[in-house]
Amino acid sequence: MTSRIEVGFKKGMKDALGDGVKKRIVEDLHINVDSVRTIEVYTFDASLSEKELNLLGEQLFADPVIQVFSSKPLAEDFSWLIEVGFKPGVTDNVGATSKKASEDVLKSELRGVYFSRQYLINGNITKEDADKIAGGLLANSLIERWVIINIDGWDSKKGVHLPLPVVKGKHTPSVSELNLDVSDSRLKEMSVQRLLALNLAEIKTIQKYYSLTGVKKEREAIGLSLPTDVEIEVLAQTWSEHCKHKIFNSQITYTDDKGTKTINSLFNTFIKRATREINKPWLVSVFTDNAGVIKFNDDYNLVMKVETHNTPSALDPYGGAITGIVGVNRDPLGTGMGARLIFNTDVFCFASPFYDKELPPRLLHPKRIFEGVRRGVEHGGNKSGIPTVNGCIVFDERYLGKPLVYCGTGGIMPSVINGKPSHIKELNPGDLIVMTGGRIGKDGIHGATFSSLELDENSPVTAVQIGDPITQKKMLDFLLEARDLGLYNAITDDGAGGLSSSVGEMAQLSGGCLIELEKCPLKYPGLDPWEILVSESQERMTLAVSPEKIDEFLALAKTRDVEATVIGTFTDSGKFHVKYGEKNVAYLDMDFLHSGLPVMKLNARWEPRKFEEPVLGIVDLTAALKTLLSRLNICSKEYVIRQYDHEVQAGSVIKPLTGDGPSDATVIRPLLDSMEGVVVANGICPRYGDIDTYHMTACAIDEAVRNHICVGGSFDHLAGLDNFCWCDPVKSEKNPDGELKLAQLVRANKALYDYTKAYGVPCISGKDSMKNDYIIGRRKISIPPTVLFSTIGKIGDVRKAVTMDVKKPDDRVYVLGTTKDELGASEYFASLGFIGNDVPRVDAASARQLYIALEKAIHEGAIASCHDCSDGGLGVALAESAFSGDLGMTIELTKVPVENIRRADTILFSESQSRFVVTVAPDKVRRFEEIMRGNVFADVGAVTSRQEFTVMDGEKVVLSAGIDELKEAWQKTLRW
Amino acid sequence: MSKTMTSKVLVLTGYGINCDIETQHAFKIVGADAERVHLTDLISGDKKLADFHILALPGGFSFGDDIASGKVLANMIKYNLGEDIREFINAGKLIIGICNGFQAMVKMGLLPAFDGDYATQDVTLTFNDSGRFEDRWVHLKSNKSSKCIFTKGIENIYLPVRHGEGKFVAKNPQVLARLKKNNHIVFQYVNNEGKFAGYPHNPNGSVENIAAICDVTGRVFGMMPHPEAFQHRTNHPAWTREELPEEGAGVAIFRNAVEYARERL
Repeated sequence: MTSRIEVGFKKGMKDALGDGVKKRIVEDLHINVDSVRTIEVYTFDASLSEKELNLLGEQLFADPVIQVFSSKPLAEDFSWLIEVGFKPGVTDNVGATSKKASEDVLKSELRGVYFSRQYLINGNITKEDADKIAGGLLANSLIERWVIINIDGWDSKKGVHLPLPVVKGKHTPSVSELNLDVSDSRLKEMSVQRLLALNLAEIKTIQKYYSLTGVKKEREAIGLSLPTDVEIEVLAQTWSEHCKHKIFNSQITYTDDKGTKTINSLFNTFIKRATREINKPWLVSVFTDNAGVIKFNDDYNLVMKVETHNTPSALDPYGGAITGIVGVNRDPLGTGMGARLIFNTDVFCFASPFYDKELPPRLLHPKRIFEGVRRGVEHGGNKSGIPTVNGCIVFDERYLGKPLVYCGTGGIMPSVINGKPSHIKELNPGDLIVMTGGRIGKDGIHGATFSSLELDENSPVTAVQIGDPITQKKMLDFLLEARDLGLYNAITDDGAGGLSSSVGEMAQLSGGCLIELEKCPLKYPGLDPWEILVSESQERMTLAVSPEKIDEFLALAKTRDVEATVIGTFTDSGKFHVKYGEKNVAYLDMDFLHSGLPVMKLNARWEPRKFEEPVLGIVDLTAALKTLLSRLNICSKEYVIRQYDHEVQAGSVIKPLTGDGPSDATVIRPLLDSMEGVVVANGICPRYGDIDTYHMTACAIDEAVRNHICVGGSFDHLAGLDNFCWCDPVKSEKNPDGELKLAQLVRANKALYDYTKAYGVPCISGKDSMKNDYIIGRRKISIPPTVLFSTIGKIGDVRKAVTMDVKKPDDRVYVLGTTKDELGASEYFASLGFIGNDVPRVDAASARQLYIALEKAIHEGAIASCHDCSDGGLGVALAESAFSGDLGMTIELTKVPVENIRRADTILFSESQSRFVVTVAPDKVRRFEEIMRGNVFADVGAVTSRQEFTVMDGEKVVLSAGIDELKEAWQKTLRW
Repeated sequence: MSKTMTSKVLVLTGYGINCDIETQHAFKIVGADAERVHLTDLISGDKKLADFHILALPGGFSFGDDIASGKVLANMIKYNLGEDIREFINAGKLIIGICNGFQAMVKMGLLPAFDGDYATQDVTLTFNDSGRFEDRWVHLKSNKSSKCIFTKGIENIYLPVRHGEGKFVAKNPQVLARLKKNNHIVFQYVNNEGKFAGYPHNPNGSVENIAAICDVTGRVFGMMPHPEAFQHRTNHPAWTREELPEEGAGVAIFRNAVEYARERL
């Protein structure tokens, strides 16, 4: 028997959630409904007495001021009722909290409490409409189920009965053996069926390992013969593209018009080498840990990591995104001895939310993806108390195939903790393996191998999970306490690959491990040993704790309501050894596990493409500017920004919005008793990749760096994080242009080397996601090759920071940098339906000199405002600066420093890099010009008290609009 | 009552409270001895509320706002520490709840606490009319007749709100009338000209634009906006265009409390 408590609003109370749902039904699904009301339902896996239910309703579930509750159905006066609940095994955060809180009220233990929600819809709609509302908006069939009831079929005595989402089945956990002595085609089949994502060469390497006499003997001695499913799964996840970055480490034969070259590992050749050669004294730990570490000041280090969570977000945008953000939070937490988290930064790539063509099967509408991802990151960030300080959204039709969800997190840690450098992990054989946080379920099984495959009809549902920020927040608070008390020796996060990966990697420090799987706390029984080992259930960290500290560690965990369990021992046996009860289930050589993977050999062939060049006539520049301001890639993202807490922790200095306008980079003060600041910026420009990924990457790096410079960041204390999202670059039958995509990857990496080196901005950490394709039937959608370049840097004194809004009438307006005829892949050309060919190119030498001068000018206080020129060029940058400062501007186009340009629209909308719009108070002009001498810059006009944005070409006014009109154009597109 | 040199402040933490570090810092810069204490340490008795002069319930997302914001935390405090809190109040000490702390306070009945009853809920904070969490700065006007210790000398203040459930609602018109008559209302949302206005100036649709209330003594106080988020002038959204004092305006609220405690407790 089950019991239910239903909670609804008192008559006349506003139901904001219901109102919001109604709006989305009407606007997004185009179904006319009159009203939507909601009822919250708590279902108990127990037969509770009326008295107990009353007690719970009164003391816990219903707010006596605004709500009513009943143990009987509350629903009445509706056309359709839809109740949505979770499927078995899906994380139900409200249910979990309700269980704990109900137990406190009843003072007795409960089996389970589950949350569901009723939507009472009024309106003249059909069953088909109701189906569409349920499946297309209210619920995701991958994780949720629902019932739909029409008022005519409503029995108010019976109410609604959703089955309890309890994981049932009486599976007895078992280990199976796999025979690898079979034909190659059978081996390939095995890889596909088990979602191993191993290629033939890799499986054959495994086959060979098991045939070695020494290996056979050792295995026989402990009662093992054929490879176990546990071992094969461990190998598959350790060797997955996700974990081993096989493409980035492959041997590539690259051919272009200059000839053929062999590249041994893109990662070593371009990324790592640049960092090594740049060799900044403030680099602390790069490319070795879960996140990169740089020095902040003498006492503190900064830590940062950016991850992607694309495929899960395609399947369940909310769950995918919240898991993405709370997942990347664990990277800085699991770096060195663990960092306190101080900011999140998120970059999303979506197709247009206004997409109105037919959707290919299994894809969700881009607006649904947008909303789900936005909400997932909102809950993940806000509930964790980490400010979301910066980010952007990029739109391109091709992200319909797979949205990109980049989540980044920064942390800070004392450089020395308990007398030891905090960035170093040290553990000894004999240290205990401890798992903390959440429990293990089937959720997230095969996440690592799955993300190494394209999205197709077999994409498994178990890869979808929902993050639980509060369980993680409790764990995080506890771990920082334990860290400062010196209760553990090493820490890492359980992310992709689960325990298999976290313990496997840590065990390299001691030289082996023994995991006892039966000790692992499970969400529900029935998991096979291999599932326990590779499950990616969230909110878990793995630690090494000395036996003499274990009691104190576990006691503190208990006090803080955090689950912590000893699940094995780190050893020096040289083996990755796993037991399940008395039975040995895996026994692999650590060397083979981590170094046995064969290197892939791939071909890349670059062929430049030629696109049609538009022939332009006379252009209405005012209209063109407004069009650009309204474009998805340029328009205001205030709708998203406001729903993220960007000020928690009280260190906010430059916020994502300045006077309603778009800030360039963010500045925060992580230590409240210091004026030193952290600057965070992002650069991303996938459109340029249509022409050449080399210049695309150069521009992304330049964009992030100049955003950092814009706000006053130090050019000499700036690190980068590279994050590649690609379409499959391995040529195969279903991927005939793999060689071109790989060539694009090579070129992007080459630019990364060239420009990070030229700027002295070393990469400290990175990530790649290589299979962002959608293939179902004959429909294939590949994302455009995308590089996100994120930066973390320092500003010595935040009081020197500069914002992008113009400050006072009569301030002079300057343009810094040269404007060239570079409209290729610009927003302007895109607005006209063209790509063109003249992609912006970065001149690193002159840019570098300019950035050094600008930093000096900002630090001397010579600058009133500074704004980056990017999408939409000078026209957009000038307009944004003006309306953000609520002042007008008059610009003389002939004064803008240009190279080979005759047309006004080219000057205004070219996206040449390394340019800024700067305003300077009249009394600072002399000093400013002195500092800037030797660079390309020009005084092009003035800030005016008249709120009019005017551009003159000689004596002629070529563009004129009120700043309110421009602001309205910029704000209206995504004003939801 | 004895005079002490430093006021001791207990800043509550745990279970998803997340503004504890900056709240502690705000108290520290006005000279208090502020300590972050985990709720479990208070419940276990390892730490004693009676050893402190001021209790601060900071902002955050205790228990993920599951069921209703602040509700589960409210129950946990009420049923485990109810007696200690009543003694704390009877001893003339101070309590401040900010955002999630304010939500928890109204839900356990600590505010408005008519007739000295600190256990009955008469008002609530619920979903914003917009249906959204929002981070935005708001202008607040204080009630000159309020006895609130924390807001003494403050006429207007500009602070950020960051919540999804901040709409103030009273149980019935009588409760609302009593709140007004007895000057429980401390802050109201206004526009930049100091006048009552609709959204976004009133960011959540609060009845009578109520942003903060206190009990009749003025010693127990809750507010939705975040004074601890305006500790330095660089927190202000327009600090690069305005001449502002180095110290953020939010600090005054903490100073008032600490000075009161220093003089009176």
